[in-house]
Amino acid sequence: MVVPSLKLQDLIEEIRGAKTQAQEREVIQKECAHIRASFRDGDPLHRHRQLAKLLYVHMLGYPAHFGQMECLKLIASPRFTDKRVGYLGAMLLLDERQDAHLLITNSIKNDLNQGIQVVQGLALCTLSTVGSAEMCRDLATEVEKLLLQPGSYVRKKAVLTAVHMIRKVPELSNIFLPPCAQLLHERHHGILLGTITLITELCERSPAALKHFQKVVPQLVQILRTLVTTGYSTEHSISGVSDPFLQVQILRLLRILGQNHEESSETMNDLLAQVATNTDTSRNAGNAVLFETVLTIMDIRSATGLRVLAVNILGRFLLNSDKNIRYVALTSLLRMVQSDHSAVQRHRPTVVECLREVDASLSRRALELSLALVNSSNVRAMTQELQSFLESCSPDLRADCASGILLAAERFAPTKRWHIDTILRVLTTAGTHVRDDAVANLTQLIGGAQELHAYSVRRLYSALAEDISQQPLVQVAAWCIGEYGDLLLEGSCEETEPLQVEEEDVLALLEKVLQSHMSLPATRGYALTALMKLSTRLRGDNNRIRQVVSIYGSCLDMELQQRAVEYNTLFRKYDHMRAAILEKMPLVERGGTQDEEIKESKEAQLSEASLVPTEPQASELLDLLDLLDGTSGAAQPPPPLEPSPGDVLVHLLDLPCDLPSASPPPASIPNLRVFEREGLQLNLSFVRPPGTPALLLITITAINTSEADVIHFICQAAVPKSFQLQLQAPSGDTVPAHSGLPVTQLLRILNPNKAPLRLKLRLTYNHFGQSVQEIFEVNNLPMETWQ
Amino acid sequence: MQFMLLFSRQGKLRLQKWYVPLSDKEKKKITRELVQTVLARKPKMCSFLEWRDLKIVYKRYASLYFCCAIEDQDNELITLEIIHRYVELLDKYFGSVCELDIIFNFEKAYFILDEFLLGGEVQETSKKNVLKAIEQADLLQEVS
Repeated sequence: MVVPSLKLQDLIEEIRGAKTQAQEREVIQKECAHIRASFRDGDPLHRHRQLAKLLYVHMLGYPAHFGQMECLKLIASPRFTDKRVGYLGAMLLLDERQDAHLLITNSIKNDLNQGIQVVQGLALCTLSTVGSAEMCRDLATEVEKLLLQPGSYVRKKAVLTAVHMIRKVPELSNIFLPPCAQLLHERHHGILLGTITLITELCERSPAALKHFQKVVPQLVQILRTLVTTGYSTEHSISGVSDPFLQVQILRLLRILGQNHEESSETMNDLLAQVATNTDTSRNAGNAVLFETVLTIMDIRSATGLRVLAVNILGRFLLNSDKNIRYVALTSLLRMVQSDHSAVQRHRPTVVECLREVDASLSRRALELSLALVNSSNVRAMTQELQSFLESCSPDLRADCASGILLAAERFAPTKRWHIDTILRVLTTAGTHVRDDAVANLTQLIGGAQELHAYSVRRLYSALAEDISQQPLVQVAAWCIGEYGDLLLEGSCEETEPLQVEEEDVLALLEKVLQSHMSLPATRGYALTALMKLSTRLRGDNNRIRQVVSIYGSCLDMELQQRAVEYNTLFRKYDHMRAAILEKMPLVERGGTQDEEIKESKEAQLSEASLVPTEPQASELLDLLDLLDGTSGAAQPPPPLEPSPGDVLVHLLDLPCDLPSASPPPASIPNLRVFEREGLQLNLSFVRPPGTPALLLITITAINTSEADVIHFICQAAVPKSFQLQLQAPSGDTVPAHSGLPVTQLLRILNPNKAPLRLKLRLTYNHFGQSVQEIFEVNNLPMETWQ
Repeated sequence: MQFMLLFSRQGKLRLQKWYVPLSDKEKKKITRELVQTVLARKPKMCSFLEWRDLKIVYKRYASLYFCCAIEDQDNELITLEIIHRYVELLDKYFGSVCELDIIFNFEKAYFILDEFLLGGEVQETSKKNVLKAIEQADLLQEVS
């Protein structure tokens, strides 16, 4: 007996009634079999019902491709019911990749040309949802005709279909540009909105179109003004705001038209101020309009007063009780923190408040913004805030926060001691989340601050005594104790509390680190070496140390074993050299290119791949010791570069001269003057740091030999897609006259593909009372910049 | 807008409108991942999140999540209004709409959406006009 097929409602009921996945599948398979049969030889009158069922099943995730041809048949049917479901099916089941979709082109064409509006609407809807480039080309003239047809229902759809067509086939802009002028006179909100969207699309794709439409800025301003001032129509308003959708779209178009165009920007200035001050902000609709207004103000050539107004609006948003509003405020402020730094600075306290947000997406934004706002005058206060944030924030933000603090500390540390303290605190709070080079940086920093050796070793010793689990901290502490152990025992240091430390305590602590299961192999290495160094620093006999060292001579860990054996040998056979070899490290010059990045506001991720870490000091000491056993050593963690024994021998004999830098000096690339105008010169200097072949650092230097200052100087850069570019904040925005202190800015370019470098620069500034904008591509880039 | 998804708290899809061409497989993958991400959000969190290179705007109405993917230059706050307007339209049409209405009348939900948005953009800002258009189409369906 053939079971009659179910009605759609019943099918849905049955599926929902299924208790298990298997049961559901059974029901569906059974029904699909029916549907297939019905498609084959069932009553065409019921075809639409069968397809509807199939579409439901498809939404649940089951295959429905056998329904594609049915969609075609239904679309071609004269019945409206058929067409409605057929087109819906087409939109759901057909996509560009299927061959079948081209077959609906003819049906769409017919439906566009026949007179029933609702049917034309269906056709346009389908065309604008799944229309491929080919279909768009075929049907462009049909749509163009409909643009000028009387009925508003069809016209509004035709306009948006044109938008879709241009996105698929940009050349069609030629067809759809001319009607815009007339369409802009529409009173119907839907058509007007569609037209604005169409114009926006045209302008975004073609500079010629952009220029063309700059003429209509006054008209747009008028439309928006009318919207805003005349009383609202209940039909189009939301919470007292007249048609916010239309307002937002107009504002967006104005933004595009006013960018870099002084004249247009001026025309819209008053209106923007009006919208910014008069929009009702009690509900989201008003705030949406206000938000768009702020974005527009910031992007065009607006008067300073207006810009300040915009930033203040964002500041108010930050205090809004609605989380969403706070979120968009933080995002926008982040975007403009480079260009309007001082304006954003004024809202720093509020931003810092936002760090306490419970919502992770908000606190992340607040973190990024806070880090961008740190400067030399607020660094102490900000670091304090960021440290407390670090203690309580969610784990996924820890790494970013830690690196951010360390970076800020590096850039703006008021004193070395503060710097050391800050790094120490970060390591104690979030030691496991810091980047690999933090250890190297700290040891270098400490090594370089001779007056702080005693202070550092004491602080580190106390920290270590409390907690030996945070690996980076332990490593630094071990290194420090090894180097400056004698200072630790001397007993007096003004800046810390008096600390009475016995030799035995120190040795015990290092042994504890060595034995702890929490210590990483690298950490153990540090501890062992530190013990060894102490053999020359401490006054007692070295039996305890010798014991430990000989025990580790049979350690299973290759690294430790090797070291222990070497140290043993040092005790036994080369004892006369021991003191010289274990002498304190002389200060090593820091490579100039290890500055960490500052994220551009747009790049949200703070946790990018780190630079090649600087070699930790300890590894260099090890390299010297390598010599004794004649082993060149396999790659040892963490030094990335291994000097050959030969080199080390030479330098060993040269002690206590400068230690070898294991990397060749960077090849120097000649500087390039790229721009000169009325006394303002722009020079580029290049560095390719060794060890990171994909990285190019460019320093842009702007110098002004003229009589008048250059003010509001902003430099922006663009590179081809395969490159990654980061622009750090410039040293200032005024290039003083008479060759005063130049403005410098650092560009970091990553070129993993070694593609030929192309660089475009855009300068905007005021000079001799005139605002200047220059966009140019840098020619004659030396090949060494990218090879 | 690139796409809009409606799904229940159990992650069952109730409506999917795609404005960009993607294969069925890709759509399924995106849907699965996005649904997981949104459902993992706590109730007090803000309505916006970044996902892949898109901005996601979502809002929960009773047992249904309305989730839109917009592009970088789109305005998040107005997207919230778009979602809200769609819900209002559904509500007016079905009379106090609930998830069951959308399940059993999913075609109607699509038809209403298609009178409000076209090609990912807003086509009609008057609630009245949208509802009138649906009414007329429904009438035509009855007689044909």
